[in-house]
Amino acid sequence: MAIDTRVAPKIKHHDEEYKVIGTRPIRHDGLEKVTGEARYGSDINLPGQLHGKVLRSPHAHARILSIDASRAQALDGVSAVITSADLPDPGDKLTTGGEAPGLPVKFKSANMLARGKVHYHGHAVAAVAATNQHIAAEALKLIDVEYEVLEPVLEVWDAMKPDAPVIIEDLYTAKADGTTAEEPSNVAAEMLYEVGDVDAGFAEADLVVDREFTFGVVHQGYIETHNATANWLKDGHLHVWCSSQGAFTIRQELADLLNHPITKIHVVPMEIGGGFGGKTTAYLEPLAALLSQQTGHPVKMAMDRADVLKATGPTPGGYVRVKMGVTNDGTITAGYANLAFDAGGYPGSVVGAGCRCVFAPYNMTNAKVEGFDVVVNKPKTHAYRAPGATHAEFASETVVDEICRTLDIDPVEFRLKNSAKEGDWQLAMPPYPRIGHIECMEAARDSAQWQTPLETAPGKKRGRGIASGFWFNIGFTSSVIAKLNSDGSVTLLEGSTDIGGTRTSVAMQFAETLGIAIEDVDPIVADTDSVGQTDVTGGSRVTFATGLAAHNAANDMKDQIAEGLADLWDVAADSITHADGTFSANGNSATVREAAGLLEEEGVFPIGKNTVTPTREGGAFAVHIADVEVDEETGKVEVLRYTAVQDAGVAIYPPYVEGQMQGGVVQGVGWALNEEYVYDDDGHLLNASLLDYRMPTALDVPNIETIIVEVPNPGHPYGVRGVGEVPIVPPPAAVANAIHDATGLRMSHLPMSPPRVQAALAAQA
Amino acid sequence: MATVHIPTPMRVATDGVARVEIEGATVRDIVDRLEANYPGLGGRLVEDGQLRPGLSVFVDGANVGRRLRTKLQPDSELFFVEALGGG
Amino acid sequence: MATEILSGKVHVQTTINGEQVDFLAEPRESLLEVLRDHLGLTGAKEGCNNGNCGACNVVMDGALVNSCCVLSVEAAGASIETIEGVASPEGLHPLQQSFLENAALQCGVCTPGFIVAAKALLEENPNPTEYEVRWWLAGNLCRCTGYDKIVRAVLDAAERMRAEA
Repeated sequence: MAIDTRVAPKIKHHDEEYKVIGTRPIRHDGLEKVTGEARYGSDINLPGQLHGKVLRSPHAHARILSIDASRAQALDGVSAVITSADLPDPGDKLTTGGEAPGLPVKFKSANMLARGKVHYHGHAVAAVAATNQHIAAEALKLIDVEYEVLEPVLEVWDAMKPDAPVIIEDLYTAKADGTTAEEPSNVAAEMLYEVGDVDAGFAEADLVVDREFTFGVVHQGYIETHNATANWLKDGHLHVWCSSQGAFTIRQELADLLNHPITKIHVVPMEIGGGFGGKTTAYLEPLAALLSQQTGHPVKMAMDRADVLKATGPTPGGYVRVKMGVTNDGTITAGYANLAFDAGGYPGSVVGAGCRCVFAPYNMTNAKVEGFDVVVNKPKTHAYRAPGATHAEFASETVVDEICRTLDIDPVEFRLKNSAKEGDWQLAMPPYPRIGHIECMEAARDSAQWQTPLETAPGKKRGRGIASGFWFNIGFTSSVIAKLNSDGSVTLLEGSTDIGGTRTSVAMQFAETLGIAIEDVDPIVADTDSVGQTDVTGGSRVTFATGLAAHNAANDMKDQIAEGLADLWDVAADSITHADGTFSANGNSATVREAAGLLEEEGVFPIGKNTVTPTREGGAFAVHIADVEVDEETGKVEVLRYTAVQDAGVAIYPPYVEGQMQGGVVQGVGWALNEEYVYDDDGHLLNASLLDYRMPTALDVPNIETIIVEVPNPGHPYGVRGVGEVPIVPPPAAVANAIHDATGLRMSHLPMSPPRVQAALAAQA
Repeated sequence: MATVHIPTPMRVATDGVARVEIEGATVRDIVDRLEANYPGLGGRLVEDGQLRPGLSVFVDGANVGRRLRTKLQPDSELFFVEALGGG
Repeated sequence: MATEILSGKVHVQTTINGEQVDFLAEPRESLLEVLRDHLGLTGAKEGCNNGNCGACNVVMDGALVNSCCVLSVEAAGASIETIEGVASPEGLHPLQQSFLENAALQCGVCTPGFIVAAKALLEENPNPTEYEVRWWLAGNLCRCTGYDKIVRAVLDAAERMRAEA
């Protein structure tokens, strides 16, 4: 059955009407992407270019005793071999940019090229530059590395044991109370968040449900592998072309890692083939730069898929415990959660964010959440779309479902009754501003899927599940420079890498504010020399923050046009009004196009610009409904029907809001049902290919019905909330609750893969 | 008086007090007075004269990042929060 | 289309997007490498280099192939169609237009492979069901869209092409 979601239902909780916002223009960069002309990072080839490749550790945990590259260096066509000895000593510097400021640069440096020890299977040990990639690959085999293999520790519960092998020998736990542990261990940091009196809250409860959950490691799975091309000129200028979520972040990391002045580093963002949080940090860029410096040639590097899976930043596996107390009438009285996440080979997992999301959909007056960031012999983990929230809310939304079943309360009514709303508690944060969880839940309740009884089939186990999800919206800094051309069109330079249509969603806000057609704006993603500071494309922030910069830049341009016209019309600039793209004063009027022509004759070419660090981010809620069928024989779970409801604030560019929702759902379904890193006991990753790390195909999922709810974010002139991340949060819980509805099973591990479901069904029988 | 919410882990320095009222014209004033009133607390918030990397301050619901010069209203409400990243 | 070894390289004659193309390749180079690195046809992408993602799809002698799994020397005498040959001088192919209008791409890196694969489908089956589209495209991975809008775009293009036929 095909359900037409081309124009998704939209439920507005505001009265604003816009001319450009909310329409469905063709994206500006679309043409080049359907013809193959768009230039991604790996599509660049420079004259005289060499190819770089990375030697990776065959062991999960080992001391490097020696590296002898002489045989590789002697190979015809090899120009340079580098190891961590070629990198500057980062000392005690802390990272300043990127997604996790305040972490020691030494860890980032050692993750890029191992220092003394390898911390995971696939850890980079050396890099070579050669005339082509085949020679570079041959050279890797000629680098002789002597290892002393050490015992690996792979799971957080093992790594936290007092007698566990310590991976980083001088790592002392940063404890929640601000003190530092006296003995080294694998626990990098402890976190504690508390509100109210959790013991008193549990004492009030009639029912307490306390469950434990575990998680495999999953990868973001972007289709484009990491790549970087660098050209280090003789005067120290360094040009880098790469596919990263943030050119300015890469520039900062290059400066930190190479001790090189920022002014000499120029990063060109190429088109990026997906990121989802996994391309917010440098892996190859500094290596390509060093190899270019050493050889005097441009150096291009690209990972293969095995490199990506083994040695970039998947999102953590780990452990979550959730305990919730409720009264018999279904009022939540207390919540406790304990989260321990894989940091991977170096500190810095996303556990803090998970802690802060675990109870986010609910008004919790008594809660306590503890978090642990744990180093294990797996790749250094990283953000993946709503980082940490999916794990945390899989656990809490499963527990909520169990509470509803036990008390025989409708899961929608329970969530409506306990929902977080404006002014309610938010863990370790100011109280919630205006939020739309209730509105999303009502829209889900009223949706076609929820209102249609689940279709049963003889002999088939089918069930329906519902779950909520929350994720933040990040502000950070964004810049826009907009140039008015003489024909009234606008060239808009922005610094945000465009991963999913944000050139257009940013340009639409500019067009709305200036009062011109979207076709008259030409948005360009500019390099680090050509636009102001712009942080990563992440945290669901581009349409929110870069959109705000575009709105402000349009107002700046408006003021400049008015000043120019004031001269021409001999009126005061502040007497000129602007409505629907027309400037008027004293009987004169001019559209933007007419004004551009008039000003050109005066030699005036307005440039509207803005750099903004927004302060009132709009976090967002989603509610998802899943219908599934469980194959009793194989344990395979098929998603039959799926509805995603989400508060977008105001959907600037609806087809791409729907696209984010649908894409997030399918990633979440992959995480729920199939995706997982598989290790042997020695810590070797066994499924480092897209055949064995199996992501959903078109055949594995149904159409995803979408309902956009609009509860505007009061902190943005157009009400924008973060859109991109939250849709990955509810799917695992919605699917798990549907599996329970179908079979009575409570699954406590992600993924709920066929063998696990099959085993659980067998145990049940 | 501004109301300052003390993050749970830092309450060891305030004898468990979760919320304190402090006079101050800027965030920096608040941090300085917290340090004076609760020795050791300021040090957890500030390092080398700047808000510790990885922390943000919210003033009246607005995330003002690490801008210690942010001016306060007489009844402002402050939260010190760990900065977040995203995917 | 005789091939001969020249300093370790093989001279290969092919037809690419209707034009005769000669290139020299090492026997170990894949067709994808040659297209991208020697011929400047970078529309086909490397996503996995072992035939699992479809980002490098081209049509070779009428068959949809993963060009990462074809040795370049195997292309001798073959006729190859790549994404660069899908649009005509008159304009976009209906599939390309439909992908744009249906917002069927996000990051866009898988898009060339999907369009090449979908074109091969519609040439074989001008009126596919949604299931047939999903079945055919199961060799192409997209991590951004969740496939919904891609499937709709292909069905939409099929309808347009049938109307024009």
